[in-house]
Amino acid sequence: MSIKKLLYKSITGRPLRSFALLFICVLMSGVVFGGAVLSASMKNGMNSLEHRFGADIIVVPKSAKGQVELENMLLQGTPGYFYMDKSVNGALEKINGVEKLSAQYFLVSANSECCSAKVQIIGFDDDTDFSVKPWLSEAYSEKLGLNELIVGSGISAQVGHSLKFYGVECKTVGKLESTGTGIDTAVYASAETVKGLIKAAGSKGISVLSKQSPDDVISSVYIKVQDGYDIDEVTADINLGIDGVQAVRTKSMITATADRLSVFSSSITVLISAVYILSAVIMLIVFTAFVNERKGEFALLRVIGFSRFMLGRQVMSEASVICVVGALIGISAASVIVFPFASLIEKKAALPMLSPDLISVVGYALLAFAAVAVTGPLASAYSAYRLSRIDTGRIFREGDR
Amino acid sequence: MLITAHGISRKYDRTRSSQGSLQVLSETDLTIEGGKIIVIYGRSGSGKSTLLNILAGILSPSSGTVRYDGRDIYSLPDRELSVLRCKEVGYIPQLHSAVGTLSVRENILLPSAVIGNGKENLKSDELIEQLDLKEICNVRANVLSGGELRRLSVARALINSPSVIFADEPTNDLDDDTSQLVLQQLRLAAQNGAAVVIVTHELFARDYADVLLRMQQGSLVREKG
Repeated sequence: MSIKKLLYKSITGRPLRSFALLFICVLMSGVVFGGAVLSASMKNGMNSLEHRFGADIIVVPKSAKGQVELENMLLQGTPGYFYMDKSVNGALEKINGVEKLSAQYFLVSANSECCSAKVQIIGFDDDTDFSVKPWLSEAYSEKLGLNELIVGSGISAQVGHSLKFYGVECKTVGKLESTGTGIDTAVYASAETVKGLIKAAGSKGISVLSKQSPDDVISSVYIKVQDGYDIDEVTADINLGIDGVQAVRTKSMITATADRLSVFSSSITVLISAVYILSAVIMLIVFTAFVNERKGEFALLRVIGFSRFMLGRQVMSEASVICVVGALIGISAASVIVFPFASLIEKKAALPMLSPDLISVVGYALLAFAAVAVTGPLASAYSAYRLSRIDTGRIFREGDR
Repeated sequence: MLITAHGISRKYDRTRSSQGSLQVLSETDLTIEGGKIIVIYGRSGSGKSTLLNILAGILSPSSGTVRYDGRDIYSLPDRELSVLRCKEVGYIPQLHSAVGTLSVRENILLPSAVIGNGKENLKSDELIEQLDLKEICNVRANVLSGGELRRLSVARALINSPSVIFADEPTNDLDDDTSQLVLQQLRLAAQNGAAVVIVTHELFARDYADVLLRMQQGSLVREKG
């Protein structure tokens, strides 16, 4: 007989109590770890989004609810396209305060034989772009040639592979790191490539334009405002001065997302706190009840030679074992839920999400582990102390009273 | 082992609703020598169990001293007193006889979790045989009858071959055969040099006494030996 065996028997011999405590620990660690990872993923996604906008104002067609479509495209990866007349570019150049501007071209590939997959295709003007090139160069630093692509991390094609859009073979020359935004499921190409693809779509009977030529349209214009000019004023000037377009401050787009993120993040914090406090209180109650229920057993252990210290250590060891096992299960279970279902959570929450790096994940796991592994023994410490004060002779004299 | 109790008494605080304290044991002197069975009898509530617990080192007296071979046990640090209890004392409680999650054998071997000498398994086999526990030795203690629990307690009390054995109503609720079996084991322990102190209210247990003491209103009256 050994202390370890006594500990093991005590835990396994009361399966209901042990399972209930284990469940509390699993819940506690799972919520702390899962919540922390989710919260960090959303913050990372937001930072990534901010980093990738690079423009002060985005101009889209007013009629096509361009802002909503653009937001969905960039945040959630919902494919979309819309066009406006190329002359908007010239009109924007005349607006005071516009320092740089660059047009983009959107197209969605079809879900049919002519295309490898349905994806968002974004074309940019290599000569004027200041918005996407800085971070696209992380994947491919050369100028994109005709029918060359840089693909998002969520696209299965690797560098060197070809993707077919409307019968046109396009070569993958670069692949982006994961961003947690709609960019992950998009492909980037030169303006000429996208115009060519629009024409190819037309020849396949999929006409995305009514009458215009692809050379006469653009989808959006990214604008950098000159220093000293008020961005809101420039935005207002565009909206008042040019018909049929809607200028949106990128910050306001991000602010709306940031607000949603803040609400979500706060909810997660409240949930973590509530579960943590509730679990700690339940643990305290369970351990107190557990000591009262086992007073006779502990009195017996005292009489056969257990010191007060040994008895206290026994109680705290039982709590520690259950909490450590519970924390490990909880963290594993949360990992199984949070990571594989991140994209589903992203869609439901309509927020960009980017998983934290491995070191951060390990850090959150350690934090959750420590939260449970320390709380359980602490909750039992009071019971252990009370137990060490028990008058053994009195328990034997009084029975269970 | 020579155990001397000098001037020991015990009061219990009454409940909050009433005032004062209850004197259960008046100032008492007692000497316990190895090789003898001391039987203390008296009515329920006369203070027998209180005296036994004080002598066993698990209930501190309100006054007086208990010395084991000259050492005042209640002045020892808790750890030392616990080791002393494990090595030198065998205790057969009236209640709380076993750890319910352990088997009969594991309960008997429980003292070896504190201090083991490596010979416990052999000794436990012997005791299991002598106390007729063989058939139930792997059964969990929480399903045992009162008689089986009492025999288990006796086996556990004897496992470390202690110098002194304290038995609180060891034959309570037992049939005659089991009572004789338990008392014979205690007689055997005394013959092997252990001091045995039995408190009981049952008449036939007195037949085993080398020294017979009657507890009356918290005081001991010597009747034999």
